[in-house]
Amino acid sequence: MVSSKNKQDGLSVSERIEKNKQSNSSTAFVEKLVPKLLLLCATLSVLVTLGILYTLLSETFTFFNEVSVIEFFTSTHWNPWRDSYGILSLISGTLLITVTAMIIAIPLGVASAIFLSEYASDKVRRMLKPILEVLAGIPTVVYGFFALTFVTPMLDKIIPGLSFFNALSAGIVVGIMIVPMVASLTEDAMGAVPNVLREGAMALGATRLETTVKVVIPAALSGIVASFALAMSRAIGETMIVAIAAGATPKFSFDPTQSIQTMTGYIVQVSTGDVSYGSTIYYSIYAVGTTLFVFTLIMNLLAQYISRRFREEY
Amino acid sequence: MADTKSSVFNVKDLNLWYGDNQALYDINMDIKENDVTAIIGPSGCGKSTYVKTLNRMVETVPVVKTSGEIEYRGKNIFDKNYLVEDLRTKVGMVFQKPNPFPKSIYENIVYGPKIHGIKDKKTLDQIVEKSLKGAALWDEVKDRLHENAYGLSGGQQQRVCIARCLAIEPDVILMDEPTSALDPISTLKVEELIQELKKDYSIVIVTHNMQQAARISDKTAFFLSGELVEYTDTNTLFSNPTDKRTEDYITGRFG
Amino acid sequence: MALINKDTVSNKMSGRILKNKIAKVIFFIATIIGLLFLGALAYRILTQGLGSLDMDFLTGFTSQSPDRAGIKAGVIGSLWLMSVTAPVTLIIGVATAIYLEEYAKRGKFTRFIQINLQNLAGVPSIVFGLLGLTIFVYIFNTGEIVLAGGLTLGLLVLPVIVVAAQESIRSVPNELREASYGMGATKWQTVRRIVLPAAIPGILTGGILALSRAIGETAPLLLVGAATAIFTLPSGIFDPYTAMPIQIYSWTKAPQPEFEYVASAGIIVLLVILLLLNSIAVFIRNKFSKRL
Repeated sequence: MVSSKNKQDGLSVSERIEKNKQSNSSTAFVEKLVPKLLLLCATLSVLVTLGILYTLLSETFTFFNEVSVIEFFTSTHWNPWRDSYGILSLISGTLLITVTAMIIAIPLGVASAIFLSEYASDKVRRMLKPILEVLAGIPTVVYGFFALTFVTPMLDKIIPGLSFFNALSAGIVVGIMIVPMVASLTEDAMGAVPNVLREGAMALGATRLETTVKVVIPAALSGIVASFALAMSRAIGETMIVAIAAGATPKFSFDPTQSIQTMTGYIVQVSTGDVSYGSTIYYSIYAVGTTLFVFTLIMNLLAQYISRRFREEY
Repeated sequence: MADTKSSVFNVKDLNLWYGDNQALYDINMDIKENDVTAIIGPSGCGKSTYVKTLNRMVETVPVVKTSGEIEYRGKNIFDKNYLVEDLRTKVGMVFQKPNPFPKSIYENIVYGPKIHGIKDKKTLDQIVEKSLKGAALWDEVKDRLHENAYGLSGGQQQRVCIARCLAIEPDVILMDEPTSALDPISTLKVEELIQELKKDYSIVIVTHNMQQAARISDKTAFFLSGELVEYTDTNTLFSNPTDKRTEDYITGRFG
Repeated sequence: MALINKDTVSNKMSGRILKNKIAKVIFFIATIIGLLFLGALAYRILTQGLGSLDMDFLTGFTSQSPDRAGIKAGVIGSLWLMSVTAPVTLIIGVATAIYLEEYAKRGKFTRFIQINLQNLAGVPSIVFGLLGLTIFVYIFNTGEIVLAGGLTLGLLVLPVIVVAAQESIRSVPNELREASYGMGATKWQTVRRIVLPAAIPGILTGGILALSRAIGETAPLLLVGAATAIFTLPSGIFDPYTAMPIQIYSWTKAPQPEFEYVASAGIIVLLVILLLLNSIAVFIRNKFSKRL
């Protein structure tokens, strides 16, 4: 090709194009090759999923060679250093955090979404939305630090008998962390409700509140509920906040003022401790990880199911 | 031109802006009780904006500014103490495209009464029957009141919206091109309905269809570029317009 | 026959309007709580951390004693991690997005990949840590090095980049593609010379947001073995490393209360870097948004 360039003088453009085409069999080759390479990359995401499944399942099977499945799922006692593996203690810790977080995140998230979508002027919305985005962008280790050094001491003044590590403080901060998620997904769902429905209600003399509660929210309900499921999945899988502020005391209890341990907290505890590769404790983090994965997967699939199945036809 | 009917609306020197663009210029207009008042004019002439100003629905667009007065039954609706919700309860509206709520027919009708504090089941049932009869829809839907209103045809949906509007027993009904999204047969039904409704209600209807205005209205107002060009008895306006622009429009020379 | 009593209706009116006003205030307060929390967090961390934030902190290694601890190893370690994460995830992510948007037929397989990505985005980050621990650290036997950490983070943020790139590619007007085909250009020529350049601002913005997510991640790195205390800097991707969030975590866990100030100083550094990254993303978005 380079040499042909030197002799181009005297050829018309169309002749040159024709010439290039003939000499350029590599173009056809590239056209065939590129989609295959791209497909390869796209398939990688599937491989990642398979990798996760393989990792979790194979190590979990090894674990269950050494520990009884029945004990694992029915015992409420978790102390791996004394060979007792009853995951219900970790599940109860996880649920305690999740429920506390949702009690914070649902009202705050939905109320923020209503304010932003139905009440705020464009100007106010443009000022407030970045706050939510910043909240969503803060690393969870920072949230954890804040829970331990600020929220816990503050709660300690109100609640007597609060232990230094406790589920309440961690749960509240996890809740704040997922507010942006609930708020933005709920706002999206409410934004998808056509304006003519709001006009219809307001033309009947309905106030903003009545329009929102009786027309907009029912019409956006599936999207809103789906956002709750996604937020729950996030809360269940949240790691650093609970590893820092909720403690490392697995117990089957629903008292939020006490130190507990979640599934994620246990995995962190083991991975930062001195546990040798191949020990039962090492494999136990995979069994816990699998349980965690199943919980979050169910919530994610639920969210997808709700938003598909109950999609409103306005 | 002595008119013994009392006025529902007295519009005085109304101007309206969307941001920096003026959409209405010095409108003065009296709208009489139990009349069907038609507003006609080419697209973009401000007729829709005007009718939405009468129940202040235009304010859902945040950049709207107005000057002048609109008196409804003697009170200025732009007065600070005037409650828009109260105004809209008395001045109902039917929109260009049918906009039933994604609920059952029954729930659509009782939405208004419910928010206004009527909870008694028997009264609600009576309201539903009366409103649907008023909208000439009762016979078609009485057996499926609890089905979703989205299952109805476009014309039926629009009549649900009219029934929804009647349910709170308004004084005036504003209609913003209510038949523009409907087929000819549905349009005819809605037109017949309007003739029935004028016995009990004052109606202001925006239409881009001059034949429709001529068929159903008592008075007609012709808008052009945000100005009220001519406003008089429908017969006079169509047979003997005083303004050259009105004549050009109704004879089809532009628009 | 009036079924509606006008007097009752107008008597109730003021109560309903009051309710609406109260609700508006409540909704506003709920929205502001996020701001209050952010303010408290910023105030707390600045007042605690600014005192410890000096050149010694920026250029020193961590230490047993709080007044000598520094974040140098964390900053450098995080940069090394990104040198693996950024190219891997950008190339694979953008390629996936191009495939899904430009090449794939709207069939079952495409849908499967989409749903798979959606679910991957919902997998807790610590599970990616378990994946990295098994696959990279043990099966490929890399040990606890930058490469393993960077790849793990890369897989973690892959869905973020794919979604951003897909949206960006989708927003390129079809007329541009047609114009290119109309001149006899091939598919790949069109994608490479027309679609990608037009989509690049969106892709870059998404990429930067994904990287800022990766920089702040802690849990997966704990699993794939980022060291908490390290006194040499990595000189390549096959060396042991630590990262900013890991150091912050270890200071938070340290027994001496003075480490609280060190952790705050570390958080300031981390947040400033994130802020810079996000400002770049906003800058790109604003600069290019007018062009299309």
